[in-house]
Amino acid sequence: MDILEIFISLGFWAALVRMATPLIFGTLGELICERAGVLNLGIEGIMTMGAMVAWFWVYQGGELWTAVLVAAAAGALFGLLHSVFSVYLGLSQHVTGIGITLLATSLSYFAFRMLLPGVTTPPKIEPFKPLAIPFLSDLPYVGEVLFTQSPLTYLAFALVPIVGYGLYRTPLGLAVRMVGENPLAVEAQGIDVHRLRTAAVMLGSAFMAVGGGFLTISVFDAFYIGMINGRGWICVALVIFASWRPGKALAGALLFAAFEALQIRVQQASSAFIPYQFFLMMPYVLSILAMIVMSRRAAYPKALLVPFRKGER
Amino acid sequence: MRLEPRAHVPFWLNIAAPVAAVILAFAFCALLILWTGAPILESYRALLVGAFGSTFAITETLTRAAPLIFTGLAAAVAFRAKLWNIGGEGQLYAGALAATYFGTGLVTLPPLLMVPFLFLVGAVAGGLLLLLPVILKLKLRVDEVVTTLLLNFVVILFANYLLFGPWKDPLAMGWPQAAPIIDEGVLSPLVPRMRLHSGLIWAVAFAVFAWGFIRFSRWGFQIRAVGFNPEAAAFAGMPIGATVLRTALLSGGLAGMAGVCELAGLKGYLTLDLSPGFGYTGIAVAMLAGLHPLGVIAAAIFVAAIYNGADAMSRAMSISNYLADVLTATSLLLVLASVLFVRFRPRLR
Amino acid sequence: MPEVDETVPGGAGVKQVPHRDPVLRLDGVTKHFGSLTANDAVSLDLYPGEILALLGENGAGKTTLMSILFGHYVADAGHIEAFGKRLPAGSPRAAIAAGIGMVHQHFTLGENLTVLDNIVLGTESLWKPMQSRAKARRKVVALAEHFGLAVDPKRLIRDLSVGERQRVEILKALYRGARVLILDEPTAVLAPKEVETLFKTLKTMVAEGLSIIFISHKLNEVMAVADRVAVLRQGKQVAQIPIAEASKESLAQAMVGRPIAPPKREPLPPGEIVMQMAGLSMSGAPGQTALQELHLLLYGREILGIAGVSGNGQAALAALISGLRLPDGGSFELLGEAVKTTSPAQMQHRGVGRIPEDRHATGVVGDLSVEENLILEASGDRRFCDLGMLRGRVIRRYAKDLIDRFDIRGADPTTTTRALSGGNMQKVILARVLSAKPRVILANQPTRGLDVGAAAKVQELLFEARAEGAGIILISEDLEELLQVSDRIAVLYQGRLSQPVAAEDADLTALGLLMSGHGEFERYRREAGHAA
Repeated sequence: MDILEIFISLGFWAALVRMATPLIFGTLGELICERAGVLNLGIEGIMTMGAMVAWFWVYQGGELWTAVLVAAAAGALFGLLHSVFSVYLGLSQHVTGIGITLLATSLSYFAFRMLLPGVTTPPKIEPFKPLAIPFLSDLPYVGEVLFTQSPLTYLAFALVPIVGYGLYRTPLGLAVRMVGENPLAVEAQGIDVHRLRTAAVMLGSAFMAVGGGFLTISVFDAFYIGMINGRGWICVALVIFASWRPGKALAGALLFAAFEALQIRVQQASSAFIPYQFFLMMPYVLSILAMIVMSRRAAYPKALLVPFRKGER
Repeated sequence: MRLEPRAHVPFWLNIAAPVAAVILAFAFCALLILWTGAPILESYRALLVGAFGSTFAITETLTRAAPLIFTGLAAAVAFRAKLWNIGGEGQLYAGALAATYFGTGLVTLPPLLMVPFLFLVGAVAGGLLLLLPVILKLKLRVDEVVTTLLLNFVVILFANYLLFGPWKDPLAMGWPQAAPIIDEGVLSPLVPRMRLHSGLIWAVAFAVFAWGFIRFSRWGFQIRAVGFNPEAAAFAGMPIGATVLRTALLSGGLAGMAGVCELAGLKGYLTLDLSPGFGYTGIAVAMLAGLHPLGVIAAAIFVAAIYNGADAMSRAMSISNYLADVLTATSLLLVLASVLFVRFRPRLR
Repeated sequence: MPEVDETVPGGAGVKQVPHRDPVLRLDGVTKHFGSLTANDAVSLDLYPGEILALLGENGAGKTTLMSILFGHYVADAGHIEAFGKRLPAGSPRAAIAAGIGMVHQHFTLGENLTVLDNIVLGTESLWKPMQSRAKARRKVVALAEHFGLAVDPKRLIRDLSVGERQRVEILKALYRGARVLILDEPTAVLAPKEVETLFKTLKTMVAEGLSIIFISHKLNEVMAVADRVAVLRQGKQVAQIPIAEASKESLAQAMVGRPIAPPKREPLPPGEIVMQMAGLSMSGAPGQTALQELHLLLYGREILGIAGVSGNGQAALAALISGLRLPDGGSFELLGEAVKTTSPAQMQHRGVGRIPEDRHATGVVGDLSVEENLILEASGDRRFCDLGMLRGRVIRRYAKDLIDRFDIRGADPTTTTRALSGGNMQKVILARVLSAKPRVILANQPTRGLDVGAAAKVQELLFEARAEGAGIILISEDLEELLQVSDRIAVLYQGRLSQPVAAEDADLTALGLLMSGHGEFERYRREAGHAA
């Protein structure tokens, strides 16, 4: 199968859209946190936790959509924990984030092992069935690619304009954007900076967790150790690539997913010549390249990484 | 509540604060043990015995501590300069790769020279690997957190390729492992019939060296100044770029040496599971030590004890040994918070 | 919302009718910060349609008092009434609701957001699902036109000039229906022409019945625009009088209390040329010229004062002398040698001492100890460093000696520098710089934010250095200080330096004209089409 054939195959495009979904959730989530001035390096751990919680809920007989909510709640909880350290106590956002990732990941694995002791193959659950949107899914090509996807994928795509609207057209969104640029301006309006940042971090973390949950209850149908595999970190890179804008975040996620989907198929095609490990490296190398390209002109939110201490004028 | 900077930090507080944090971490994990239904005190006793309860336990703990000292130092040195090196894991493997390349027959030296030589090539490999993200940071403002992290995946995949491909040892009966390090390069054992090797001595030596370097040398002074306030350091004439590069070489080098330590001391040949996350755990070690090089020794032994003990505890009480990871992560966060109270005095408004 | 009183003809020189109800009443306001008493039982009244100036030295407690009024701080004692109703403490929201607006000295604007965004922030409930942008925009445009504060709501803050940003800050307050406007040192960053425009705007406002509190330490401005003036000194209120009854001398006396004799500058014959710039040009922000056709001659044993509104090239000039940048064109000589390459370290080696503008950000490393900051520039010096290792005992002794000589209070060599007061931190920087016996010194706002005593000490140290032969460039926004301390004064305007005049011969009016682009800058100003 040569390159051109890959691009024409519907399977490729459908896979692309599917693979972009967790990246969309994660990037939107991280974007909200960073817009509010908080770098959330807990994303990898929060996605892991979301994956585990969602899977476990369904495994115990729960409804799929409830699992999504539960995962979101778990994410928000870790976001709150992150915020206590990084916003309220003003500690290093880098170290806090790494700590949260380590904690969330280890708690997920611990809980998984304790809930299912002595299991070698992860038990499968009944995942989301692809939801065909009436009429639209009957369209040639586009129908199969765009309109016969998991409901969570539709949710992810819908969230892009919603987050965009929220950030740019609501008073709350304005406050969030301002708190990442100049928290003093927000405080002067009598809005509590710490609470606003915490809310943003909790919401962003909820998104991240749902992104992780998507992998278990919609793609792999099971939870296994190491399943997030660096996607969280890639989302952090994508936020910079997207210049903190939701529309560009979608574009970045799709571009990324394209490379991932391509990598699998090209690998199958030419495994004789190039070792498969180099194909697996592609997402990570590309993320680094993406950051190189965008970082120079990046207009970071001005108050990103700067803790806000009340009464300091 | 306001936080007022302390004019002088009493020495005992530097120790008391992290200790209090760790105790709290144990309390939190006691809740987890409770959840699993196992008896708390017995479980912790099993952990303690597994960590220190016999000669075997102690040597195992110390063996595990050796690479953690190296990666802990790597993180401590880097974080002091506000260089967020999360790539310890990749640098460790880079060091192991270099040592494998040179140490499996390419170069033969008498043991007194071979071992230092292997550490040297490992350090160079690790240092060079970190140099790339750091140069990107200096020249192109690329945040080093994500780049060092992503490079971990790349390096490990590369090691994977080598181990299944060109470096696969034909004598290994199908297992993905490389040829063994030649005898001259193997780190000598410290205790007969135990796995503890002289890598520990090297680790402690480097910890002392790192402490002396940061505290007493001019370059160490520059690293501290640049870490605290790069703008003021630059204005005062300190070479920021050179300082950051030196820090990168030192930090990456230390992590690379962790790889050599495990390779030439414990395993003897390169495998895929050379490191169960020492690079990441090293970050926790560094934080627990308050970024103090000598404290890293104690913190590394402590964390190694937790992991070792958790293995024993998991066998005895059927509690997943991931509890060690939870304990470490919780300690990290709580120690981070405790440092705040060391530097600042809380005052009620 | 407060009731609007009948319009009282405002403007300077008209006495207020004393028995009108005050719109604002501060009663016995007291505030402590640790052992420091920032405000000591201050009582103040503000009447409708008047401009009240709050005058005082740096550190007298003016900003603290206004911060309490606006709800940033909570007073330890005393209460405040606005429009007859008790004002809840510690809440900017309550202050805004009561009709009080504040334009801070350091603007609280989000650079990457638009003017409209900045004005509208916080005016609608955070739970509202949609902003009323069109309505808001119309209101802003109407307000701007009404008060003469022209600004385009769509522009990004980072593209605006300082004067324009201030207008946005004022609009923020007016948009929220402020009837009392507090302005904290509003003219610190404005050119004289812009100051005029501001005063006109203020007069328009009081004509509408608004009241204004104007914080300043500049006597001539206070005399020009205020109706009444209250003077604070060391936390206490020492005078509250109509402007007609005040004079610059009486106000100055009230501000300072005991006459602090400024350190005497004895005339010295200038030494040889230590620094020379000819036809220098340097670019600033993209597309802008920071310095152009700059000519400067600095002699040993003199202090050359550089006056000018901030933003006219001071930062570029300071960066040049500090070793952070090289000029794009023209010649730059230090002690007779052309400067081809530069770096802070090189400048130090050439004998240039640099006192930076922002002591916290650029001057000291707060987390290091005092002794470490004292050798921050000299860590490679053979005295302190041997084979790459620092000599702890030597450094300790050196630090103790400097602490003595420079009277650095509240510190021993191991004290964390962050814990020192502003004045003592500045002394650390001066000790570090001056003990190296530099031939050329750049002093960039050396007394900013310091109390009178610390400022006097700093000036004294500069005089000592001058007597030992150094040539000093003193950049300061305080014209009075420049006149007192400098031998010669020149004005920076749009990157050009005026012909220096001897301080004795200089007069404030002429300098003020130069600062706003008149006098010898007239032709450049016309060319550039510079409008205030």
